Amino acid sequence: MHSQGPLTEESQIKFLRMKPGYGEVLLTEGDPRISEDEELLIAEFRRQLDEGMWAAVPTEQPDGRREALLVRDYAEIPPQAERVIFFPRAAGG
Amino acid sequence: MLLALIALAFVAAALGAPLVVRCVRRWTGWFTHRRAVAPPTAAYDPGRERRAEQRARQLLRSCVNDVEWAMYRDLGFIRVAGRKARSESRPGAGPSAPAPYAYLVYPLKPIVAYVPGTGRLLSEYCVEFPDLTGGGATRLPPSDDVLAKWMALTSDESRVIGSANMHLVGRQHDCARVRRDLWRLSEWERRGEGTSASLRTRPPA
Repeated sequence: MHSQGPLTEESQIKFLRMKPGYGEVLLTEGDPRISEDEELLIAEFRRQLDEGMWAAVPTEQPDGRREALLVRDYAEIPPQAERVIFFPRAAGG
Repeated sequence: MLLALIALAFVAAALGAPLVVRCVRRWTGWFTHRRAVAPPTAAYDPGRERRAEQRARQLLRSCVNDVEWAMYRDLGFIRVAGRKARSESRPGAGPSAPAPYAYLVYPLKPIVAYVPGTGRLLSEYCVEFPDLTGGGATRLPPSDDVLAKWMALTSDESRVIGSANMHLVGRQHDCARVRRDLWRLSEWERRGEGTSASLRTRPPA
């Protein structure tokens, strides 16, 4: 569990999910440093993975490159992450 | 005689009335029940897919860098460097050395692998991201499909390539069109819209 600190807009994390026919939808958002929020975030994270989703965090490297980081567990989400994007797992077409 | 016939008609109507009422009740009850259990049909919304695609484009734009977004906006696909090109541990490879391989990521079409230095087409990887959790459509909007491929390739390339069906280029893509896209990409970069030298595409021979 993260330590408590001053609440700022930047400390919020959003869980987004790609949906057919909708684009992305906001699943939930909260401050991981608040235990109630963190419990909700963890529950939603597990629910999405149970539904077969992959979870990715968009990142930016110091040299400006942008990449994504696949996370398989809530604890793997980088502390500075602002959003986690859930999308269906890949299948051979 | 006429009076007797009229009297008989009245008697017959009186006897048959309960039967008629029962049939009418049964029919109206069946009809209202059908109306109650029939699933509500959503009104057709011609703008729904378009709005979904607009949202998907905004999300894609917020995730990729400016060059990749401009490439997608102008050319309709995104190039992603292969893992070996992205890794910094390439002994002897200077900043201008051509990347060993890269991918062209198209919306709702297979990923194409090619050699940026020569423009040689390697293979196409058929991969989808079907959402099977809902009861309706399973296909993501085109720009979400591109973003899903981009996220999968930049985070765990071997995983997504391993789950794809690999074919020689030409199964779903038109080779001539892909070569034309590479030429368009090289022209786009030549005009300075460009990218790092290591990924600069030469027009296919």
